[in-house]
Amino acid sequence: MENHFEMGLDALRQKILLMASRAETAVNESVQALVQRDYDLALRVREDDNLIDQFEVEIDEMAIVLLTKAPLASNLRLVTVAMKVSQNLERIGDEATKIAKRARDLAQEPPVKINLDVNRMAGLSLAMVKEALDAFVHRDSAAARALIPRDKEVDALNKEIHQQLAQHMMANPDTIARCLHWIVASKSLERIADHAKNIAEEVVFLCEAQDIRHPAAKAAGSAPG
Amino acid sequence: MTEISLPRIAVADAGPKAAPSAPFIEIESLSLFYGASKALKNISVTLGEKVVTAFIGPSGCGKSTLLRCLNRMNDLIDSVRIDGAVKIGGHDIYGPDVDVIELRKRVGMVFQKSNPFPKSIYENVAYGLRLHGVKNKSELAAAVEKSLQQSALWDEVKDRLHSSALGLSGGQQQRLCIARAIAIRPEIILMDEPASALDPLATARIEELILELKKDFTIVIVTHNMQQAARISDFTAFFYIGELIEFDHTAKIFTNPAKKQTEDYVTGRFG
Repeated sequence: MENHFEMGLDALRQKILLMASRAETAVNESVQALVQRDYDLALRVREDDNLIDQFEVEIDEMAIVLLTKAPLASNLRLVTVAMKVSQNLERIGDEATKIAKRARDLAQEPPVKINLDVNRMAGLSLAMVKEALDAFVHRDSAAARALIPRDKEVDALNKEIHQQLAQHMMANPDTIARCLHWIVASKSLERIADHAKNIAEEVVFLCEAQDIRHPAAKAAGSAPG
Repeated sequence: MTEISLPRIAVADAGPKAAPSAPFIEIESLSLFYGASKALKNISVTLGEKVVTAFIGPSGCGKSTLLRCLNRMNDLIDSVRIDGAVKIGGHDIYGPDVDVIELRKRVGMVFQKSNPFPKSIYENVAYGLRLHGVKNKSELAAAVEKSLQQSALWDEVKDRLHSSALGLSGGQQQRLCIARAIAIRPEIILMDEPASALDPLATARIEELILELKKDFTIVIVTHNMQQAARISDFTAFFYIGELIEFDHTAKIFTNPAKKQTEDYVTGRFG
């Protein structure tokens, strides 16, 4: 006999994977639009963000209906984690939209003559998103934990790009407006890695029932009541 | 007067994806009296075919009484008087020409406490068929196997069909009662708290079974377990002191009920 609740959980997982695929495509295309100065592609990414938002709404609805059925233990964690994963994916979609917006504006201006390692940063952030979702699908806590420190690498790259752009702006004040677009785009890539890290932390909670977020706050004791 | 019809509009994607089926059980202005006491107050509601409808509400709200109106089980109580109509497939089951035995063949029932006959597993399932005139052995055997398969009991009992049904566990006995009910191919199965005396594992099996059975049967279930109603039903009716307070898609009842009384009950504020 089929287990109908499990079927509901499967449908939820499938929906998250579809959403994840959309979010990954949005990030890929926004970076492509930025680097290749593709105005039309940038516009398309912005339009497609509605689809990602719709996924978030649908996943929440599915999860709420599943919660009314009183899931317990790992099933309960899976449903609540699914809601958080979809929220992070929606934010990733928003960051892709921000990048696309800057790509659209930059495509209408002359290029800034500076060599930024944006592709590497995008590659790192996207790999983190993909691996966090793989860890979610396979309930691979070790992979999720291994992923978390890599966020620092992306943070460092963002800082590096930020410094490069700051120096370039000081030397070439006429490029300030365009450089600010690049700073925002770089920050968005850094935020995407943050969201991947959040998803990985949720996967650890899903697998181990252990909340590993905010270790500093935990060490300081419980919140004032 | 409480008049609530089958909702026609899906609940913003949160409800069951299947559209409500055609009206099948139509309860019209139904009141029921135990002597002078009015136990059901002017209830009107339409239930769909091949869906699971749950009746919920605190003890004494009338949900089991209403369930028993659907196959005229209340006729067995002398002091009961009924006003209004119950139509199944468009025909009033309280009409003067209705054969109650035939009605109960169309509308089977499973009770809270499993009640197998003190006979073999096989005979329990074959009993109703024999009563309705099936004599051919191979036809009986095929029908018994089909019913036991459908009630997810076949694999557990196929090697001991002629052992006493009383030797089965509580959960198995309840599934046997379901097999017995479906053997005569009713259109509707009424279930009065069918899992309330079972452990969580046996309960889960009954719930899965109900979800399978709705492909072939219309099911109306009374339950005190709201999570159970949420897990297995497509529609839920909430009753309070003999009145139908709210009827809607189950997802709507448990996430955003329209009436404060329903909200209070499902959130455990009263009942």
